Amino acid sequence: MATSDTQDEFQHVDSSTLDSPLVATKVQRSLIGHSWWFMRKYPVIPVIVLLILVVAAIIGPTIAPYERDIGPIGDRHLGMFKYSELALEDQDEPRYGAWPAGFHLLGSDHIGRDVFTRVLHGARISMQVVLVSLLIGGVVGVTLGMVSGFYGGWVDEVITRFVDIWYAMPFLMVALIVVLIFGRGLTVLLFVLALISWTGFVRVIRAQIMILKQLDYVAAARVNGASDFRIMFKHLLPGILNTAIVVGTLSTSGLILAESVLSFVGAGIQPPTPAWGVMTNEGRDYLTIAAHQVLVPSAAIFMVVISLNFLGDWLRDRLDPRLRQID
Amino acid sequence: MANFLARRFLSSIVSVIGATIAIFILIQFHSDPRELFVPDSGYGISQEQWELLGDRMGLNDPLHMQYIHWIGNVLRGDLGVSLARDRAVTDLIKGKIGATVQLAVGGWIFAVMLGIPMGVLAAVKRGTFWDYFARGLAIVGQAAPPFVTALVAIWVFAVWLEWFPAGGRSPEFRWQEYILPCVALGWSAAASLMRLTRSSMLEVMDSEYIRLARAKGVGWNIVIYRHALRNALIAPVTSALLVFSSWLNGALVVEIVFSWPGIGYDALFRAVNDNDFPLLLGTVFIFILIYLVFATIADIAYTLIDPRVRLGSEN
Repeated sequence: MATSDTQDEFQHVDSSTLDSPLVATKVQRSLIGHSWWFMRKYPVIPVIVLLILVVAAIIGPTIAPYERDIGPIGDRHLGMFKYSELALEDQDEPRYGAWPAGFHLLGSDHIGRDVFTRVLHGARISMQVVLVSLLIGGVVGVTLGMVSGFYGGWVDEVITRFVDIWYAMPFLMVALIVVLIFGRGLTVLLFVLALISWTGFVRVIRAQIMILKQLDYVAAARVNGASDFRIMFKHLLPGILNTAIVVGTLSTSGLILAESVLSFVGAGIQPPTPAWGVMTNEGRDYLTIAAHQVLVPSAAIFMVVISLNFLGDWLRDRLDPRLRQID
Repeated sequence: MANFLARRFLSSIVSVIGATIAIFILIQFHSDPRELFVPDSGYGISQEQWELLGDRMGLNDPLHMQYIHWIGNVLRGDLGVSLARDRAVTDLIKGKIGATVQLAVGGWIFAVMLGIPMGVLAAVKRGTFWDYFARGLAIVGQAAPPFVTALVAIWVFAVWLEWFPAGGRSPEFRWQEYILPCVALGWSAAASLMRLTRSSMLEVMDSEYIRLARAKGVGWNIVIYRHALRNALIAPVTSALLVFSSWLNGALVVEIVFSWPGIGYDALFRAVNDNDFPLLLGTVFIFILIYLVFATIADIAYTLIDPRVRLGSEN
């Protein structure tokens, strides 16, 4: 076997190529070819989509053309790119003069509210909810993962067992129970999403720490008299930050999905606050006459989630290729 | 094997007890279930009636006694009586679980029939149109929340093309009603199965024994279907088992969108809304039991299919 393998490896090489000096040649590409190459190498489109989301979350409510929660009922179920059909004095007045009077970019919903306005407001809500819950979940998850991996023994046993039990609980069920016991509202929703997001960190961080803690520099720090706390947060934390960022990005899309599902089911953001899940739920009875009311917020969720997935995959390949095998 | 099974069984029991205790404690934060019996009109109920109700439901006992009482009944196959609907919880669950099982089986068949062959195709024809097609489908499937898939499916196939009904489930079997819910349920699972099959198939195809088989002169088709596929399917099969069990619990969104009278919507959702704690506890108990049974089956299947996995080594 060995011989046949080695024979495969060595191929006949034209000696002239060996004589010529090795020069790095730059691949010549046309403009289109270059931009295609660039787009495949870097996550251009996902970053653009996410930038739009961030901008919409920051200035969206300011530039939104109409009122968020009220609209003329006479203008209901207006299609996309349509002008209001009411008389000028009955129309909803745009909040600033530059917006064409009575124009609804993405149509209006079942009680005449402007869908574009509501989608912009929804962007801010999604961002807030997801960032806060991710931060809470990340801090808790990373800390527990570090403690579990660092100390091992019964601490590790208890934490991993708890994570296992947590995995056995269907998320929607836990969320429903928690939401309906503690009431519906933003704080409870954040709490629920944090409950979902922390487990994702624990296992990966724990595995990393178990490798890192055996390295010499940790032993050196201990010889120098560093406390456990100092070793964990000063010496080990930088080593797992990459992993934490990757896990965080990858679980952001899951959190957006979870938030939209909870809002859709009625256990998350409450109407009339326009979370995208709420808008989809409100529109689903009017699918036959005004499908855009469902499709616009659905498309928003879909595009953000898909962009986050792409960006997360890219970051993972860049920052922490070892994680790839876990997926 | 016996040792492994025993450990597995023991840890399952610990999980069940832990989860039920957690839920039991959480429920105590909720409002008093006796409030359900206070009529909306008239003078309400007297203090004696209130106490009597408490006695009858066992609410006056200390908490741990209530829990032990409940667990004891569960071991005898009695999950209590639903407060809001005055029927045995086991009967209620039995009546609803059929619809959910049908939905889950349909979705599972769809996911497996689409996901695994597409994954194999994508791996075998790596870098071609089929690969990109399958990966595109997988990306789309994983990025859409279940209600979006369900609503878009309704919009296209029920509203626009009018091929299938938009929801509901009639007492007698009509296959048209099953297509859209099952597809909507199975879609994201099909996507993840596809990715999983593709990557594990690629890994196997890269291994030594496949190259040996090729070098011996075994034909491509036989190498793929007899040598590679068998090993590549280990991960997808176990994952498919877990997906199925999670659907018995988590088909809630699809059930709501399609007005499907399953256990998620009719038992869990309404139990939470009605503050019906025996029903809630019973449903959750059944869910966890289902999950653990399937997780154990998946584990055993895993060790049976793949001898490299050593029994009992958990990490």
